[in-house]
Amino acid sequence: MKWAVMKRGTMRHLLRNLGIDPRFSSMVLALVVIWLCLQFLTDGIFLTPRNLYNLSIQTCVTAVMACGMVFVIVARQIDLSVGSLLAFTGMVLAFVQVHVFAAGQALADSDLGWIISILAGIAVGVAAGIFQGIWVALAGIPAFVVTLAGYLMFRGAAFLVTDGQTISPLQPTYERIGGGLGGSIGPTASSVLGILAALWLVFHVWHTRRQRRRYGALQAPIWVDVLKVIAGSMVIAAFVYMMNAYPDPSSRDAEGNRIGKGIGIPVLILLGVMIVLTFIATRTRFGRYVFAYGGNPEAALLSGINTKRLLIAIFALMGTLSAVAAVITTARLNAGANSMGTLQELYVIAATVIGGTSLAGGLGSIPGAVIGALIIQSLDNGMVLLDVPSAQRQILIGLILIGAVWFDTAYNKRAGR
Amino acid sequence: MTDATPLIEVPPIEAPLIEMRGVSKRFGGIHAVNDMSCDLYPGEVVGLLGHNGAGKSTLIKVLAGVYPPDEGEIRVNGAPVDLRNPRESRAAGIETIHQTLALADNIDAPGNLFLGRELLTPFGTLDSHRMEHEARKIIQRLNPNFTEILKPVRAMSGGQRQTVAIARALYFNARILIMDEPCAALGPAETRMVMETILALKKEGIGIFLISHDMHDVFEVADRVTVMKNGKLVGTERVADITPDDVLGMIILGKKPGGNGAVV
Repeated sequence: MKWAVMKRGTMRHLLRNLGIDPRFSSMVLALVVIWLCLQFLTDGIFLTPRNLYNLSIQTCVTAVMACGMVFVIVARQIDLSVGSLLAFTGMVLAFVQVHVFAAGQALADSDLGWIISILAGIAVGVAAGIFQGIWVALAGIPAFVVTLAGYLMFRGAAFLVTDGQTISPLQPTYERIGGGLGGSIGPTASSVLGILAALWLVFHVWHTRRQRRRYGALQAPIWVDVLKVIAGSMVIAAFVYMMNAYPDPSSRDAEGNRIGKGIGIPVLILLGVMIVLTFIATRTRFGRYVFAYGGNPEAALLSGINTKRLLIAIFALMGTLSAVAAVITTARLNAGANSMGTLQELYVIAATVIGGTSLAGGLGSIPGAVIGALIIQSLDNGMVLLDVPSAQRQILIGLILIGAVWFDTAYNKRAGR
Repeated sequence: MTDATPLIEVPPIEAPLIEMRGVSKRFGGIHAVNDMSCDLYPGEVVGLLGHNGAGKSTLIKVLAGVYPPDEGEIRVNGAPVDLRNPRESRAAGIETIHQTLALADNIDAPGNLFLGRELLTPFGTLDSHRMEHEARKIIQRLNPNFTEILKPVRAMSGGQRQTVAIARALYFNARILIMDEPCAALGPAETRMVMETILALKKEGIGIFLISHDMHDVFEVADRVTVMKNGKLVGTERVADITPDDVLGMIILGKKPGGNGAVV
């Protein structure tokens, strides 16, 4: 009896004692397997600097929104409107940038113009989020219904901004945010950033060990932490190396050699979003309340948490991140089109769920969601390289979503939740 | 210089911690609580008894600020209060241990203990270390064997979960405690722990409303019993003056001991 119980949880227990999250490591493992398969199937095209650079940019739009979707799903809600809201905020943003600050005006040429247009897009995203949050929190309408309505309404609103016309071109400086021409920080800055990231990793592991010792908590063996630091540093180094190895067609050094692109600006935006949202999730009252509400909404209410305001804030946050994703999308396209973000909500939800956020609520992680987005985009990207038509791609992504939820259910059953 | 010693020893007149007068709560056409009156004094345990559906839980949810009453007056320490949400109830010094314990299963003990009242660093972020330290202190006091407080409460035993819920109520120096079936899910040893905690709190002058179906428990710790039936008050009696059978008669028949007919 005792032996059977032990055997069932031994592997997980072992990993836990080593300070490794079994869920997260299984996702990373899945990603590695997918990459190796795609590398083989595409005859070595998949893992080239050029494709990995593109993949890093493609992942950002999904990943930025998936980070917000973690909060939404952890709080037992859903947001189906994020793709449409991306289109709506993107159209407003492009409209403000191109038509409000018409060419020739001082604002159109200075940086102030595109900065204001971004703020306008984010303001619309926040307002749309609050609008949906109010219906969910105060009127008690299920989020599924409210955001399904939002899915329709915001797509319609995106059309109405210019009566369906595409707005193009956007400002040249703004375009760089999309990671295209001049849209990266170059090899030197990328290397410096990589070194800083590795140093932070060392500090983080050391700090955790010190804290655990101070409070007499269970300590992972030192070799596990050393291994963690080495593996993490290698991933960072490989990423920076690959990004630097992709030559930027727009720049040449004094001898006429092409300079590597380095890390794309959208990746930096994603990193910023990850850092801020991880901080919010783990260090602030708001984050604590989101998880508490997802764990037990009644307990949250009885603890005196203003659950209505909490729900509204969650949808406002999701709206903000939809607008951030709209910034990357419009900058990448160098245009605002009302078809942007079509079906994006499904990719975002799939990425979040694949990343270990439980649809039952109360459980989820932001790094997991980013890995989930990377898995989804890798498959999408790989299938494009393999000339798989978009219809078949959609079917496969759909199957993967079912598989991820199935895995979630099976995993939770085994973990005895 | 002022002399703090009064000339005549005046025995302190104890004001009730809680006074409820004519409190009613309706849900649609159903009178869940109907013209209910009761009170609670410092250092006293009042057993709140009645059948399932008698209105006990609704009454304590009124006190906990979950259901604002439709009619009636509630006084805390003699001052009328308007308990419109759980925050205001807590601010009035009323702590409730709900039957469901109201714990977020995915969060650890310190997180639950401070839920809604987190300790913050000077930067406004969660002070996890201080919360863990404080949680350890109070949980040690209640249940010295309970040291693994940093796992999600879902992974804890019934007694440990109950300890977290009691610690949460005690940490903030409540003067009024409401316990809804605190021993319903517990084994004998854990029930003992809760009973001893109740007696210790009583000595500290805390007033406790105790809801329980176990007549034995009630007669062990309670000073008075207040019996409800169909949302109405049957009567309040001193435990020393009556027998468990009298109380059963009040619960089942709605009859006061020695009275002739049913009150309710």
